[in-house]
Amino acid sequence: MSDPILIVPCSGIGKSFGTISRDATYCVVEELRKGETDTLCLSLLVMGDEDARRLVKSHRCIAVDSCPNECAKKNLVLSDAKLIANFRVVDILRDNRGLKPNDVTFLDEDGRKLSKILAEKIATKVDESNNKGVIS
Amino acid sequence: MITPKIGIVSCSGECCVEGTISRIATRVVLERLRPHDAVTICLPLFSIGEKGERMFAKNFPTIAIDGCEKRCAKNAIEKYSGKTACSIVVSELLKKWAIKKKSPRRELNKEGLEVATKVADEIDTAMDTLYAGGK
Repeated sequence: MSDPILIVPCSGIGKSFGTISRDATYCVVEELRKGETDTLCLSLLVMGDEDARRLVKSHRCIAVDSCPNECAKKNLVLSDAKLIANFRVVDILRDNRGLKPNDVTFLDEDGRKLSKILAEKIATKVDESNNKGVIS
Repeated sequence: MITPKIGIVSCSGECCVEGTISRIATRVVLERLRPHDAVTICLPLFSIGEKGERMFAKNFPTIAIDGCEKRCAKNAIEKYSGKTACSIVVSELLKKWAIKKKSPRRELNKEGLEVATKVADEIDTAMDTLYAGGK
């Protein structure tokens, strides 16, 4: 098996979007593509941690941002990461206007639905990168 | 009386359960314990040059809530804005409280939620201390 792809979510805790980005990341790393993916603390990259920088330079990475500030993507780019894709919760929300996530600490039903949609998109990207085609 | 806001900056800590505890504890403070006194600041926004976040932390007291001894939240505030008013490290509290059983990082279990509530109480007490000291 190839090296795991690192999924790096946003760390925002002010709105539900950050919680959705983390939940989707955990869903991929611990369920959908367990063993093929892993995650990393964004704050380590923010602080320029040498081990974290080495990891993102040597592994394929996917940024999962919540808002247009794109902190995860920008910090990965600043760390010279091998960025293969980036997602934004705001874009997933735009494509699913009927869903209105509200709760931040613990996701409500709509938040969970968005997280699942996002997780499946990330998993598909992992498969594409691992040359496995599109598998849901 | 109007009291100045205190900024709570939580580590992102996606790698470990201590990070989840620090985030949930921060949310408990924001939503339940001190909704009128506390605000939160996104840690990564500091590094990408968000002026509002950096200015707030320069002008108002901040409490850093870190999951581990690397203290990314404390170090980020002090690198980009100024000295933190208080620093809390979850892994040190777990050691002090002799808590060995770990909760899942994705969603805290009952024990994890109890720990997060205790950490929130520590933040609440730290805020009382700051206000008492006239910060």
